[in-house]
Amino acid sequence: MLEILLDATVRAGTPILFATLGAIINERAGIINLGIEGLMLIGALAGFAGTQASGSLLIGVVAAFVAALLAGSIHGFITVQLRGNQIVSGLALTMFGIGITALFGRSMVGLTIAGFERVAIPGLSGLPLIGKAFFNQDLLIYFSFFLVVAIALFFYRTRWGLALRTVGENPAAADTCGVPVILTRFLAVAIGSGIVGIGGAYLSLATTPMWIENMTAGRGWIAVALVIFASWSSYRALAGAYLFGGITAMQLRFQAMGTTVSVHILQMMPYFFTILVLVISTIRLQKGASQQPENLGQPYDREDRK
Amino acid sequence: MKLISEKRELTSRLFRISAPLISILVALFVAGFLLMAAGVNPLLAYLEIFRESLGSVYGLSETLVKTTPLIFASLGVSLAFRMQIWNIGAEGQIYMGACGATAVALFSGIENHSLMITAMFLAAFLFGGLWGGVAGVLRARWQVNEVIVTLLMNYIAILGVDYLIYGPWKDPKGFNFPLTAQFSEAARLSEYFDTRFHSGFFLALFCALLMYLFMERTVWGYEIKVIGSNPKAARYAGMRTGLAIFAVLFLSGAVAGIAGFSEVAGLQHRLQHGLSPGYGYTAIIIAWLAKRSAFGVVIVSFLMGVLLVGGDSLQLSWQLPIAFVYAFQGLILFFLLASDFFIHNRLRLIRGGQHA
Repeated sequence: MLEILLDATVRAGTPILFATLGAIINERAGIINLGIEGLMLIGALAGFAGTQASGSLLIGVVAAFVAALLAGSIHGFITVQLRGNQIVSGLALTMFGIGITALFGRSMVGLTIAGFERVAIPGLSGLPLIGKAFFNQDLLIYFSFFLVVAIALFFYRTRWGLALRTVGENPAAADTCGVPVILTRFLAVAIGSGIVGIGGAYLSLATTPMWIENMTAGRGWIAVALVIFASWSSYRALAGAYLFGGITAMQLRFQAMGTTVSVHILQMMPYFFTILVLVISTIRLQKGASQQPENLGQPYDREDRK
Repeated sequence: MKLISEKRELTSRLFRISAPLISILVALFVAGFLLMAAGVNPLLAYLEIFRESLGSVYGLSETLVKTTPLIFASLGVSLAFRMQIWNIGAEGQIYMGACGATAVALFSGIENHSLMITAMFLAAFLFGGLWGGVAGVLRARWQVNEVIVTLLMNYIAILGVDYLIYGPWKDPKGFNFPLTAQFSEAARLSEYFDTRFHSGFFLALFCALLMYLFMERTVWGYEIKVIGSNPKAARYAGMRTGLAIFAVLFLSGAVAGIAGFSEVAGLQHRLQHGLSPGYGYTAIIIAWLAKRSAFGVVIVSFLMGVLLVGGDSLQLSWQLPIAFVYAFQGLILFFLLASDFFIHNRLRLIRGGQHA
């Protein structure tokens, strides 16, 4: 029972995990991206269409990454190069994503593909309790584990990671040291967006291998809230995403058991808990030393440097 | 040769005023390519949008029917914008407003028409206000990000209404459809010209006028503007910014909630699933396009009404999903943000080696 619940937790948390990681890369470079929901949808559709056309799941995932990267570049260009309002541009991206996937997804409705299947890791998959949940999963989940570690190492163990963090903390100082601020910020938005797209593709390639209009159902917004819970750390993003995977898994479990509680009330739970967690982590953030990038949400203009 | 941008010393007033219009035109142009890619002739589609929404008395009445909730919701959103507060929750506030009005209509037992309508209006105002006020308290007390809170509360509101109409409020004679019983005559606004056009529209115009007077002629409106443009100065001047944040989000939600009242009392005469097709999200675009003007909100709401009626018609004739309208709205915003850059900056080509 607990084993099944844990397995469902990981599977429900993975799309949110990718989305949160992508959002963290954006925000570490100082750019708020409220387009996550739209980017996930674009990734979900591109991933499905790519796999449907080629028969290859890998091509689907690459298509999702590239499509979301391109869409995210619009947000990057407007907020970084043109110094436009980040909140409005992100909302525009979400609306654009909802609309354009509805338009181009019409021809994909009702089609099916062979989705990701479980690959057991010999030895580890037999472990009690955690074996099934963590070592008998599909390749995208293993990739998400890799990404969590890789992003942490990138931020704190590489020169480029340092550059990325600095343009988010103090772009004027980064500029003085010769870091190309505008380019770094733009690339962070584009690549972060691409990773968000993979989260969307998980929904259409693994969770339910089909395309459904608006299939993200608010997961992108949950990811935006989780960035604050995770205090911009990829390890804590993993914890946050699984927390929400767990709530979703329990909600589905309750439904399956035929509880008398209304299904609509159960469906509210993830949103309700996200708000609760957001409030708690915001309060905690103010008490301790804030991890929030100093220049988050501020456009950088060399002419305004003090 | 190198392309550089530099700040303009004077911004062109003409360009500033025409920027929203130019953005809409460029968005129409780019959306045309998207339509072509989806196998729809954009010229025919655009022609149909205008013909269906403006070409007949019926079309015009339908456009005004859609303009009505958009005006309320956008006034609410734009009020918060004035204080640099982001209310992305108008959609949920519309649902809560409708929920409050419906509770009064179904269960109060009032028979007098004016009394009933007034009570429904107040309930919608209060429900919408409380829904926005939650984000207000969290933001004012603990600086919790109001964008995320208001947005997530949309999902909770819509699911909450679903709970009621699939459960305790479901019409026992409704063949199991997710809707409440029809309202009595006392709980309905007047309709005109044998169309669905109802008096909610005039209420919306009146509301826009009130909002203008509130912002431009009262101390509260002045405080909101000062806090929005310079919160530090506002605090020095002894303005209570925390209270103002709560009050503005409450009022913003309350005005959006009136849209819910107007929809159930004027148009649908019951609470039902899919009550608003995203008016609350469109309102964000309208508020941004209209910049700071209540009058602008009315004009842009009408333009978006045209787009929505046209979009409905395209859905029927070309099987275009109505969500396509969102893609178009997203494009308008992108171009509007880009045009802001060109209002304040200009591009210049310079020769290599030279510095401006």
